[in-house]
Amino acid sequence: MITAERKPIEEIMEYVAPFKKILLLGCNECVTVCYAGGRKEVGILASALAMAMMKKGQKIEIDEMTLERQCDPEYVEELARVIDQYDAVCSMACGCGVQTVAARYPGKPVLPMVNTEFMGASEQQGVWAERCRGCGNCVLAYTGGICPIARCSKSLLNGPCGGSDNGKCEIDPSVDCAWQLIWDRLKSLGQTDLYSRIMEPKDWRPAGGGGPRKIVREDLMS
Amino acid sequence: MSSESSETQFEPIIVAFACHYCAYSAADVAGSMRLSYPANVKIIKVPCTGKVDTIHLMRALQRGADGVLVAGCLEGDCHFKTGNLRAQKRVAYVKALLDDIGIGSQRVDMVTMSAGQGQAFAQAASEFTEKIRALGPNPIKDGAAKAA
Repeated sequence: MITAERKPIEEIMEYVAPFKKILLLGCNECVTVCYAGGRKEVGILASALAMAMMKKGQKIEIDEMTLERQCDPEYVEELARVIDQYDAVCSMACGCGVQTVAARYPGKPVLPMVNTEFMGASEQQGVWAERCRGCGNCVLAYTGGICPIARCSKSLLNGPCGGSDNGKCEIDPSVDCAWQLIWDRLKSLGQTDLYSRIMEPKDWRPAGGGGPRKIVREDLMS
Repeated sequence: MSSESSETQFEPIIVAFACHYCAYSAADVAGSMRLSYPANVKIIKVPCTGKVDTIHLMRALQRGADGVLVAGCLEGDCHFKTGNLRAQKRVAYVKALLDDIGIGSQRVDMVTMSAGQGQAFAQAASEFTEKIRALGPNPIKDGAAKAA
């Protein structure tokens, strides 16, 4: 999922200060799963903002709404019937959601309430860790299902650097050395031959180095 | 109490989320023992403090409570094993949020007790009420009056 965290209240307060009536807009997808911008978080932020403004003696009207997805035009269309009532939309979706809403309603300020962080997986309740960089050319088949791009601090492709220390990365003892994990897993899979397979220098264009990326599926297009 | 003192003394509104298995029973025991605790404390019975979510604490303050108390089982005694520990973490989260928005973390607190500790409930209710009385009214009330 795409992970995110709510922005600091102080920053959010600055964003909403010019407005009298805002729509706090949640998203039912990734940000719900990582507890950053689902219906529940919309309620908590609405309550916090309302109290912060009341304390300052300022009035703001906050309505709450959560869309099934903010990154799909058909769901964003649901806003058409209500959006005129608001001075601004405060989106708790990831950057994709914020931009989809902003593109559909050009005359309306759409403000981000969360910082979008990484593509991650849940390690345990309340802990998410980066697992994928979206590099556009997956190498997991050769690395025992452990990504050296996302999980090695240097994104090395052919084994660890000299900073691998007892299975930990030199940047932080709490960070596993991805190449140690890869080696251990290849060993347990009986696939250590894959370790000696040299990976060529990576073409980073599909990873975003070639400019903004797009997928076009003509078979699905209307 | 004279009408003058009731006008001058601030009477805080305290909402207490009390666990059915301990604090709620403890409040009952306090009553049976004829122990008095401030009438300011309005008790909401919950099946476990693990049921108390961040939004419940926030809404209570937003809708006029001056302080919110979460009263659960002693550590290790939760009927649902870890509900009280979850509540403790949520209270800590709300405290940080309340500091961020300038309401102040002291307005929310958690206490633990067993079902038979009527004295502990009465004491916690009295101490928290006095703490909130000393803090004064929830600052949103003053702000709301200015905005009106």
